[in-house]
Amino acid sequence: MNIKLENIKKLEVTNPLKLDCGKTIKDFPLAYETYGKLNDNKDNAILVFHALTGDQFVTGTNPITNKEGWWITAVGPGKAIDTNKYFVICANVIGGCMGSLGPKDINPETKKPYGLDFPVITIKDMVRAQESLLEYLGIKKLLCATGGSMGGMQLLQFCATFPDKAFSAVPIACSSSHSAQNIALNELARQAIMADPVWDNGKYVLKNVQPKNGLAVARMVGHISYLSEKGMQEKFGRKLQEKADYEFSFNADFQVESYLRHQGYAFVERFDANSVLYITRAMDYFDLSKQFKGGLVEAFKNQKTKFLIISFSSDWLYTTKDNKDIVIALNASGADVSYSEIITDKGHDSFLLDEPEFLKTLKGFIDSMYEKFKNEKRI
Amino acid sequence: MKNLKMKKEFKVIADLLLNNSRVLDIGCGDGSLMHLLKIEKNIEVRGLELNQDNVQECIYKGLPVIQGNAETELHQFPDKSFDYVVLSQTLQAFYEPEKVLKNLLRIGKSVIISIPNFGYWKVRTKLLFFGKMPVTKTLPNTWYNTPNLHMCTIKDLFNFCDEKNIIIKKVIGVNENKTSLIKKSNLEIKNLFSKVGIFLIS
Repeated sequence: MNIKLENIKKLEVTNPLKLDCGKTIKDFPLAYETYGKLNDNKDNAILVFHALTGDQFVTGTNPITNKEGWWITAVGPGKAIDTNKYFVICANVIGGCMGSLGPKDINPETKKPYGLDFPVITIKDMVRAQESLLEYLGIKKLLCATGGSMGGMQLLQFCATFPDKAFSAVPIACSSSHSAQNIALNELARQAIMADPVWDNGKYVLKNVQPKNGLAVARMVGHISYLSEKGMQEKFGRKLQEKADYEFSFNADFQVESYLRHQGYAFVERFDANSVLYITRAMDYFDLSKQFKGGLVEAFKNQKTKFLIISFSSDWLYTTKDNKDIVIALNASGADVSYSEIITDKGHDSFLLDEPEFLKTLKGFIDSMYEKFKNEKRI
Repeated sequence: MKNLKMKKEFKVIADLLLNNSRVLDIGCGDGSLMHLLKIEKNIEVRGLELNQDNVQECIYKGLPVIQGNAETELHQFPDKSFDYVVLSQTLQAFYEPEKVLKNLLRIGKSVIISIPNFGYWKVRTKLLFFGKMPVTKTLPNTWYNTPNLHMCTIKDLFNFCDEKNIIIKKVIGVNENKTSLIKKSNLEIKNLFSKVGIFLIS
């Protein structure tokens, strides 16, 4: 990974942030991007939280990778989250590698890149770091906050920590705590990175190299978990990659192998291996009910935010049941909650794809919330 | 057409509910009743609906709705978490209506149930004179494609509540645009002339 991050928007966060691990960070950069225009009433702001390997470049062309933004299916002019109408904000999480403070940055104490000296961060730390951005942009209350996967976890944390900062919220395909299987898959990704000799206890950053092989395998693990068994079978089956028969070798004979290798090695170009370790750790530590002694119901007590939870039927990473548990807790706490399960074969990835039923539901909810929010503000 | 027909029933249900209360509408469809209750009585509404298109319709209207099956997913609602639970013309479609009813009484301080009345005279005569399963405006399906598994009459539900010690607060019979109060004393005749029965129980 060798990318130039000079020309992106960054907020220098001066307020010290005491992390869950006990350490404090201050004067750190928080990289972000915005789309659309904040109106005079400041009632059209939507905050998007990105997932594990996402970044602040939600839509349009990512200026770093020159590829489409990761949520171009849902966000943009005329899209479900219409940037002609709404002001969309997204920040790179701390621990990430797209401009916000992360393990590849210089440690002011040693004047060398952090590597594993970077403090272990949590989902709550990520969310609290983003509060300054809303303050900086002058937004008292968001029309909506949304995010899928780890973005959804950040959103649940955001609502629990700041119960009055969002008028509405759409957590998508997420969970209120990581399951044993979720942790196991993340551990597989971490072990792949750490088994690469180039990784060298995270010190590769000093030598300006990257444990490419390990990082690519970590990404492959992720990609398997993002697809459903049926979706994968339909997409690849046993099809061979540009060849008529087996090669009797260990080259990528099957299309599915070729796909995984491509995804793995493309990822290496834009992501930092230590960031994967830190961010997956934050996900594993996430357990909202643990923070609130009364459990999940307690986490959503006095919640004024109007929720729409969305799950995908073939998602086995964050299942319909995981999502329904959130709905049950919100119901038990008396919160205003809607829930929809989108029927699809496309697995966890569905929230990033052009899934018409999903996008229609998302649009319908946000547009109706905008009308309500405007009316409420008028009164 | 269905909406027009439903409207009278919804009005009757709306009249039974107190302003500013909390209502859970089981099988809320496209949210017509929820919308009515919210606009006219400032009621805090929640819906439970199985059908994806209906769920979307409710979300478009800004009505809170949870996609799910009332037969299996009522456990998610805490005890006495609503002032009223409304079940409009679906009790007969459940596999285990008794179990569902028990759950409704657990969730709501009061419960409103409406049923298509199988004791209505037209229904009775169809079976009596033609020897065929009745198809009427309120019961539009034929025997092989009807979702109704447990048809009952107003009298049946009345007796059921008595047997199970469920308190009947009010029963209203609906026939087209006419409504009438049903009591033990006029049960036989009202059971014959009401197309729909609406029960307020607790």
